[in-house]
Amino acid sequence: MATGLYSQHLHNKKVLYLRNTVITIVLVVFAAATLFPIVYMILSGFGPNVSTAGNMRTIFPSRWTLESFKAFFDFSPYSLRWIWNSLVVAAGTVLGNVLFASMAGYAFAKIRFKGSKVLFAMILVAMMIPYQVTQIPLYILMVQKFHMTNTYSAMILPSLCTAYNIFLCKQFFTGLPTPLIESAKIEGCSQFQIFIRIILPLSKTVLAVMAINTFLSSWNNFFWPFLVTNTPAMYTIQVGLKQFKFANETLFAPMMAGATISALPMFIMFFALQKYFMEGVTIGAVKG
Amino acid sequence: MNKTNGPRLRARRKARFTNDDLWGYVFIAAAMIIFCVFTLYPVINAIYTSFFNYKPFGSEFVGLKNYTDTLKYSKFNLFYKAAWNTLVYTVIVVPLSLLLSFTISVMILPFQKKVQSVFKAMYYLPGIASGVALSVVWLWLYDSSPDGLFNKFLGFFGVPTQNWLSSTKTSMLSLIIMALLSSHGTQIITYIAALLGIDNSYFEAAELDGATFFQKVRYIVWPLVKPTTLFLLVTGVIGSFQVFMNAYMMTGGGPDNSTTMIGLLIYNNAFEYAKYGLACAQAIILTIVIALMSVFQFKLMGVDVEY
Repeated sequence: MATGLYSQHLHNKKVLYLRNTVITIVLVVFAAATLFPIVYMILSGFGPNVSTAGNMRTIFPSRWTLESFKAFFDFSPYSLRWIWNSLVVAAGTVLGNVLFASMAGYAFAKIRFKGSKVLFAMILVAMMIPYQVTQIPLYILMVQKFHMTNTYSAMILPSLCTAYNIFLCKQFFTGLPTPLIESAKIEGCSQFQIFIRIILPLSKTVLAVMAINTFLSSWNNFFWPFLVTNTPAMYTIQVGLKQFKFANETLFAPMMAGATISALPMFIMFFALQKYFMEGVTIGAVKG
Repeated sequence: MNKTNGPRLRARRKARFTNDDLWGYVFIAAAMIIFCVFTLYPVINAIYTSFFNYKPFGSEFVGLKNYTDTLKYSKFNLFYKAAWNTLVYTVIVVPLSLLLSFTISVMILPFQKKVQSVFKAMYYLPGIASGVALSVVWLWLYDSSPDGLFNKFLGFFGVPTQNWLSSTKTSMLSLIIMALLSSHGTQIITYIAALLGIDNSYFEAAELDGATFFQKVRYIVWPLVKPTTLFLLVTGVIGSFQVFMNAYMMTGGGPDNSTTMIGLLIYNNAFEYAKYGLACAQAIILTIVIALMSVFQFKLMGVDVEY
């Protein structure tokens, strides 16, 4: 447990307990402060659907009811469809990234082909370009040239295989032992077979991390779906929530209910797959 | 694989594509097509568009006008106002949140693995809620009536009711507080990973010399996690320069443009006023600034950092 940093009071049980208690209290208080908006959101969602500001006076709603959730779903006939749309877009994006980014990552890591260095450098540079640069031409391309407004393709295609995911896969695959691949080659495996039979089974973690991170960022993405949709039937849940907010400025509890609905699937996913979320943070970071 | 008979092999390789070349291209084909259409083309197109006054049918070439318009200094030039706002926001939020994350990580360290994971999860959780959901919540927390929770809470300490988001005095402060009280999960987890990687022998040696806890933190831990700090600093600044969501959802840039950030300015120019050329020019200036800032930070902090 304790690294050498905390070796001061190891022999004095009383001081040790006191120290750890103080640290725990500070940590819990700060964690509570950052968690508070989320807790407040979920609890307030169960408040009554009335348009008075007095509702938010307390942390616990004055009356527990589901009517605010009902109000959110009643707001638009497409409310449920927004969740479905988000799901479709996120699933499509994940599928594309897991497939294409892993293939490209493998090629950049383990296949020696002409131009690989230049192409990979291009992808690295692309990672550093702010999204503001690409967003405008992409918008013109998708909306004005391809006329793809209000389609799943418009929402999925631009992030079908992100530079970051290619980079992530390449980093991971580079760490796999090359002799393994060489011997498989000698046995007569084609690169494709090597990829499917050897590389992928060894890379379940990185693929899971990539899938989860991609799913999360796609689900939470507001900006792009907002730009390429204009009929309620094609909104994602984030866009829908924003429209709900602008239409119901004074309805406190229903707005919280809507926010809860938009965040809940990710919370469930987080509790189910916590390990991968945590791993995802450090897997992409530079080795320090 | 075999470097000794390189020249001959290389000569033959040059003549035609090898098997590996072909496989390589097959594997990257899909990714590269997507990359070219949805990243490379837009980047080139953005540079191209930035020299035009964009119109759907037949844009008009204006040379560097979009750039000079953006950079021409005047009191009413929103670009400088937005740049200043972004700078203020970044200079306060990024170092403070780094310091906070570092402190929390050091504090999490003495506990057992299980407890550490619980804390990590607690600090990470708020970060997975979407920006829209969070800003909806914060909008109500900052409610300007005395019933707003923030006003109520500060009321206990005798702070008078504030018009948090709709007063030029507090609007930026509100966004900064919100950023500082949102999730630092990724930074904390990254720091903890770095802290766990520090070799115990450093601490043992320091102990022999009678170092106190704070001396150890100051002279061992802080220098050794410097690469992590640098990484988090650079990515933090990059993210902060592009900040859009909170300003857009919470204040819309107001009041009186006191919270208009570069990200929001570019958005408004492009998608509210359809000045695509101008917006592209500003986005490119933003890219250059971000690149220069990153290089500067590496130069400033990276002198004694080894990778």
